[in-house]
This record gives sequence, structure tokens and C-alpha cells, in this order.
Amino acid sequence: MTATMTTSTIPSDAMPSPQQVPRRQSGHIGDLVFAGVARLAAVVTLVLLFAIIVSLVVGAWPSIRHFGLAFVWTPDWDPVQQKFGGLVMIYGTLMTSLIALLIAVPVSFGIALFLTELSPRWLKRPLGTAIELLAAVPSIVYGMWGLLIFAPILAEFVQQPLQAVFGTTPILGQLFSGAPVGIGILSAGIILAIMIIPFIAAVMRDVFEVTPAMLKESAYGVGATTWEVVWKVVLPYTKTGVIGGVMLGLGRALGETMAVTFVIGNFNQLNSLSLFEAANSITSALANEFAEANPGLHEASLIYLGLLLFFITFVVLAFSKLLLLRLQRNEGKRT
Amino acid sequence: MKVSLANALVAAVVVASPVSGALAQEVTGAGASFPAPIYAKWADAYNKATGVRVNYQSVGSGAGLRQIRGKTVDFGASDAPLKDEELAADGLMQFPTVIGGVVPVVNLKGIEAGKLKLTGQVLGDIYLGKITSWNDPAIASLNSGVALPDAKIAVVRRADGSGTSFLFTNYLSKTNAEWKEKVGEGTAVNWPTGAGGKGNEGVSAFVQRLPNSIGYVEYVYAKQNKMAYVMMRNQSGGFVAPSDANFKAAAAGADWSKTFYQVLTDQAGKDAWPITGATFIMMHVKQDKPAQAAAAVKFFEWAYTSGDQMADELDYVPMPDAVKKAVRAQWRRMTDASGKAIIQ
Repeated sequence: MTATMTTSTIPSDAMPSPQQVPRRQSGHIGDLVFAGVARLAAVVTLVLLFAIIVSLVVGAWPSIRHFGLAFVWTPDWDPVQQKFGGLVMIYGTLMTSLIALLIAVPVSFGIALFLTELSPRWLKRPLGTAIELLAAVPSIVYGMWGLLIFAPILAEFVQQPLQAVFGTTPILGQLFSGAPVGIGILSAGIILAIMIIPFIAAVMRDVFEVTPAMLKESAYGVGATTWEVVWKVVLPYTKTGVIGGVMLGLGRALGETMAVTFVIGNFNQLNSLSLFEAANSITSALANEFAEANPGLHEASLIYLGLLLFFITFVVLAFSKLLLLRLQRNEGKRT
Repeated sequence: MKVSLANALVAAVVVASPVSGALAQEVTGAGASFPAPIYAKWADAYNKATGVRVNYQSVGSGAGLRQIRGKTVDFGASDAPLKDEELAADGLMQFPTVIGGVVPVVNLKGIEAGKLKLTGQVLGDIYLGKITSWNDPAIASLNSGVALPDAKIAVVRRADGSGTSFLFTNYLSKTNAEWKEKVGEGTAVNWPTGAGGKGNEGVSAFVQRLPNSIGYVEYVYAKQNKMAYVMMRNQSGGFVAPSDANFKAAAAGADWSKTFYQVLTDQAGKDAWPITGATFIMMHVKQDKPAQAAAAVKFFEWAYTSGDQMADELDYVPMPDAVKKAVRAQWRRMTDASGKAIIQ
């Protein structure tokens, strides 16, 4: 079921066309109704998407006109002086998502691998269910856990030792500088990783499971190790699904709001690249400031940020499609 | 177009608010979250006493102002007062309902509530990132005899726009020249340092969790969570603790007779707590729906006469009687479309 998510076929493509399917008199009206409903759903989706873009652009227009594209690389966010730029939030969004992916992809791969290839049969079902349950935990729970329990632990047992060891080293020391409060880019990235692991792992497990047993057994039969089977048979066979799962996780990480707001520190200055420095993300800025934003540039700039997030998500999706196309083109060259 | 979009967004947020005017016995208001608990309590008691329902949406001061300007509610509420010329431009009037205080709180080992003393100048320098360590001479000279740790100050402030931040930054602007020049005042400002917590709950959670931290919260939160508040030096030079009586002292010093634009920070008065502020209600002077406006005013009249004790129970400070008198005079300015006064 998850594999189809990645190819995202539009419902109208999936309906049987009358030429190919032998027509039965009794089901004819039902077919027509179903086709109409399915087509309507597809059209409504497109219209909605378009309407969202239009209303974002209209809402952001005062800010777009005033700041132009420079908004993207300006780090100021000053509601008092009415000077706005989105660089801090864009950096925060991308950086936390990157950290989340760096942690989540290998771990998810390990989980999926264990579940499909290595786990004893009696453990498979409870473990799989547990991972799916993790995906259903509301994000605010992760946020509160991150703030109340995880952040102090991170500050005391990770940041302070790191500062003690690397405090004076030129570049590494910079990465770990800042007041030891445990909130910032790194904790937001780790919380996001924990949140997206269940999604990526579940998709990976599902696609690993559809690898035909004959392929795997043939590989084992010619003497391949488990690692070789997974790396050279299962992964190439399921790469579409695997990339789809990763992109699903990335999409979630880019758009996550509540959990990030709790642990990122909501700090609108970019004066250090420390992993422990409080920062801000697009979604967090929107959640925090929208209710009290003054009509005018402040509000328009927040909507502009929303538009940029929309754009970033679009670029990520387009990039994953390109990646898949490239992979397909290379298919068969390596044998 | 811009305005209608904003209205549409707000309307989407406040789906639950019924169309005003459909029922005469229903008054709707929206705005600041700080006074929401007392408005809810008043509304409940008022409903039991009179059968009139008052529906208050705690959506934030900014959204409340947007709604009253768009006339989607009968009254708006904001923690920051509007200047007289802003009121005139929108045809609005405002009046204060209750008073609250903002309290700096710290989490320092061995330092209990009321032990640490600060001035606006030092507090401003901490929030500017100029004073970074607790044993800085500027702090130590105010606190002889207090064992200050040799530790970095973890600065905590509000991440969301809020009336609490408005009062706090307004106070810092009045007492710290550099703050005024570099940061200024507002519900949201460009904070030079510190981690942002969401809401009073977020800030108090941060301060309670982070050793060596300082933050600021509404008095109610400091009291309920038994946090270590800081004594502040007020305009007359004495150090005062936050308390109902000291908030009242700050309100009494202000001259409410000419304008209700009163930010009660840094007030004169021996006992005045320096970071005090009232929360305000905004209504249109010229009413399209006089019956609704009359019902709203009746509600606040009732709250002024019989709601003080409820306010006390929730740790808000009721308005002094002299101010209430001035507000009642203000209500008589309200007219219907033909120019006839609504409140006699």
C-alpha cells in the first residue's frame, strides 16, 4: 500500500477505460458515477492547491513588494522596526530537517532490515506494531518530552562534555558553543528524527517485504551474505519505495510545528553556527507570531515565509522525482 | 483585499463564534489571552445571574483588534492600549478591566523568592546580552551578601507575540537607554539573545528546568508555580516585591482622567511595582447594533460592581474606584447610528 504513495497516481488514471474492460449493462451507471466522483476528487485537489498558492501570494504581496527576493537571504526579523527577512527560519528549517534525515535514515534502514531479514518470527509482529504505534503519537507529546526530559539530558551529558573537550578547538568548538540549555538546532533535529523514524521504517519494511523470495533465495543460493543480499538485491529492487519513504519523512520534518516550537528556542538571530544555539524554523515562527502579528508588513512577511515553505517542499518533491528518474535510466547498466 | 484576507483567516480560526445579532442575548468578544480566565469566570457568573451569554474567544490581542476593527465581535480585548489617535482613526474607544503585573523570575541554586534584587538598567543589560554572568559586578553590587554563582545567565523570554512582552519591553525601554535605541518596545521584538518559550507556561517551564536562568511571566504564573521572583527597584528608588497591593499602587499613580492610554510601567509611588499593566477592552464609539453594545456594557458594568472578588480569587487586581468612575463616563459617549447615546 505504501509503495503506491510514492508514485502518486492521480485517481482518474486508475479507473478502467471502457475500451479495455468488457462492459456489463448492470454496472454501467455505477461506473459512470464512480468515474465522475473520482475525477471530481482529482480536480478539487488541483483547484485547492492552486487556490492555496494564490491566497499565499496575495497575502504575502505587501512583503514581496517591499523586500523582494532579498527576503530569502536577509537575517533580520525586527517587528519593531518593520524589517523582515527569512534567512534564519529557512536555515533552521533546512538544518533541523537535514539532521533529522541523517539520523533517521540509517536507523530506519536498520529497523526495516532487522524486521524483514533477521528478526525471529515471533518478534516480527509485536515489533512492527510498536513502530506503527510510535507513528501515531501526537507531535505535542514529543515536544513536551523533548523540552522537559530530553533537553536537560542533552545539555548535561552531551553539550557540556563536548564543550569541555572541544571548547578551544577552532571550528569544532564553534559547533558546540553557547549556553548549556539543551535547546536549539540539534535537539530539534533529534526530536524530528525520532518522529520520522516510524514513518520511514514502516515504508521501508513494507517495500522490503515485497521483494520476491525467489530473487533473495537465488542470491543466497550463489553464496551471498545477508549484507550482500540486502545491499545488492533488496535495495535496488525497492529503491523507489525506499526513496519515497525517505521523502515522506522529510516532508513531515519540514512541516512539523509543535514539537519543533518546544525545543528549537525560537531565536531570530543568526550569530553562530553552533548546533546548540537556539534558532527558529518557518513553521515555528508562524505558530508563535501569527496570532499577535500586526496587519501589514509583519503579517505579510509571515505569509511570505509560508509561501517559501511551500516552495521548499515543492523543490524537495521535484528533486526526489528527478532522483528516481535518474535511477531508472541507469537501470540495467550495472550487472 | 488584504484586509478581507486577514478577516477570512481570522474567521477561519474562530469558527465557533456565532454570528452576532442572531441572538440578542449573546455577546461576543475576542482578544488577549492574559485576561481570558477572569472574563470566562465573569461570563459564567453573569450567565447564571442574568441569562445573558458572553462568549469570549482568547485568540490573542492582535487578532482581537483585527476582529473589532472588522466588527465581527461586539468587543475586542488587548493587553496593550491603543494611542488616542489610533482609537480615533478606527472610531474606537477603550477602557481597562483588570490589572496584572509582569514578574522577572530566576532559577538559581540557593536563592529564594525575593532574595535577588535588580534594576531596570541591569535587567535590560542582561536581556541585551551585555551582562552574561551571574557574578557580574553590576549584579553583585546590588546584591551584597547574596552568594551569586559563577555561571552563565540563560536568558528566557516569550517566543510568541504577547502583552506580557509588551509590558516588559516597554519597561526596559523606559529604564535602559540602549534597549530603547536597539530593540524598542512591542508585543514581539527582535530579541538580541535568549531562548523563547511559548506562552507563560512555556517560559515558566523553561525557567524551572534550566539552572541559572532568568525569565519573565505574569504574576499569576510566578505565584502558582512558586517561582523565585526578583525584587525590582522602582522609580522612587526602593526595592519592591510583586504583590496585589503594589500593582494597585502603580495603577493609583496614573492620571486616568484625560486618557485611558496608560502603560503602568515605571510609575511613581513608593510601593509601585514597576512592571504593571492593565488589560483593555475596545469597542466602537458609533454602534451599528446598539442593543448588542448595550448588552456588552451591561456585562462590564456588572463585572465592575460584583466581579472584584472573583478577580481577586484569580490573582488579578480590580480597577480602583476612581478609574471605574471615569470608565462609566466614557461609556456614555457611545451612540447609535442616529447619534443618540446608548447608555444613559
